[in-house]
Amino acid sequence: MTRRRVVITGVGAVTPLGVGADVLLRRWVAGESGIAAGEGACRDFAAGEHLSKKEIRRSDRFAHLAMVASDEALASAGWDGEKPYASERIGCVLATGIGGLGSLEEQHDVLRDSGAKAVSPLSVPLFMVNAGAAALSMRHGLRGPAYSVGSACAAGSHAIGTAARMIQTGDADAVVTGGAEATLTPLARASFVSAGALSPSGISRPFDARRDGFVMGEGAGILVLEDAERAAERGAPVLGEVRGYASTSDAYHLTATEPEGTYAAAALAAALRDADVAPAQVDYVNAHGTSTELNDASETKALKRVLGEDVARDVPVSSLKSAIGHLLGAAGAVEAIATLLAMRERVLPPTLGLEQPDPELDLDYVPLRARPLQPRGERPIALSNSFGFGGHNVVLCLEGVA
Amino acid sequence: MPTATPEAVEARIVEALASFGPDIEQVTREATFEELDIDSLDLVELAQIVEDDYGVELKGDDMKNLKTVGDAIDLVVARAS
Repeated sequence: MTRRRVVITGVGAVTPLGVGADVLLRRWVAGESGIAAGEGACRDFAAGEHLSKKEIRRSDRFAHLAMVASDEALASAGWDGEKPYASERIGCVLATGIGGLGSLEEQHDVLRDSGAKAVSPLSVPLFMVNAGAAALSMRHGLRGPAYSVGSACAAGSHAIGTAARMIQTGDADAVVTGGAEATLTPLARASFVSAGALSPSGISRPFDARRDGFVMGEGAGILVLEDAERAAERGAPVLGEVRGYASTSDAYHLTATEPEGTYAAAALAAALRDADVAPAQVDYVNAHGTSTELNDASETKALKRVLGEDVARDVPVSSLKSAIGHLLGAAGAVEAIATLLAMRERVLPPTLGLEQPDPELDLDYVPLRARPLQPRGERPIALSNSFGFGGHNVVLCLEGVA
Repeated sequence: MPTATPEAVEARIVEALASFGPDIEQVTREATFEELDIDSLDLVELAQIVEDDYGVELKGDDMKNLKTVGDAIDLVVARAS
């Protein structure tokens, strides 16, 4: 039996570069950064402009971001009227690294200062890790399988891969997927600083010799995935296809990536096999590229190991985190969206801040300025990498439109 | 703690309910919680506010029988006196 193909028919994003998926790519390609004062906050996002008072009170900021991104994604898939599938055939898989941390911190303050009786009955429903998936299910009437996936900074890509599999196995005909995160909070900041992961300089410059850690961001990216045949029958707009997906784990260290990139490489190789794509067919790699010493080195090694030294040096690699920071559980989703749009626009978006190359890191990281993307085949093919605390490695192989 | 005059209780409850979602003009004595889309979670929050402001403790059983905004106001005024 041939496997069901999975296409992307709609995308939506809220990021530090603005509200909307197109603005994300446009501003990234223009070399603009959404990072200010060492953080990638969604400054242009005002929940009250998009959501009702009740929806705002009853969900954490990470779910607000997801809801607004999902409205855009569903509208761009042509789903703003009646849904094209029976509601119980539409799934929802949403990633988050942490969940409603801001709400948790707030209610913990209430508990400490005013006692147990003052704690809001909405506390757990706000901060539970599945709150975003539940919010999207309720907002859009999605009654198929709906849940959240958590694998720290790899979660956004895990969600998309899981959603694609859900369609391939026939558990759903369409899945609303992606990731959302809003952890610009005192506890998350303090924790990442203690762990030595956050950039003391507040500058995200992946692959640069001076890189000193990641810059935390927030946001959401939502994609509508559909069974390719059903999408074609309804004449859906198609942005691309999930050609391949694979994930592995380092089983090495709580926070550090395995320095040789051995299992990241295994995920890359498996994703290419899953996609039936040869290294020389890859037109672009959207790197995890966190701007940490370890990640950028081990990711480079993994790419070389799988693509081969020559092909690896030839394939443009860039990191969206240079423009918006690290969106943790939303990162993989937002990066997949940017990758799909970049393929559609035939552009290679740049790695910002990369002014002093690290002699050890010798790939083409598309420093500072965007360049045209010239696909080797009829349709461009890209890889999008995501790696997370806990040693999670996920690779998506995405194909763009002709 | 403010005095639980009927007027004060009404104003406080209307304000609280309006902060949960409905427009303040909708929140009349006759309006039902169902019409206002006020559910059990909202009523727990309302009970917390009432206890904070008037020292009136409302239990789940008290809340279950409330149908309208007026029911809630009357119950709090009665308990506070």
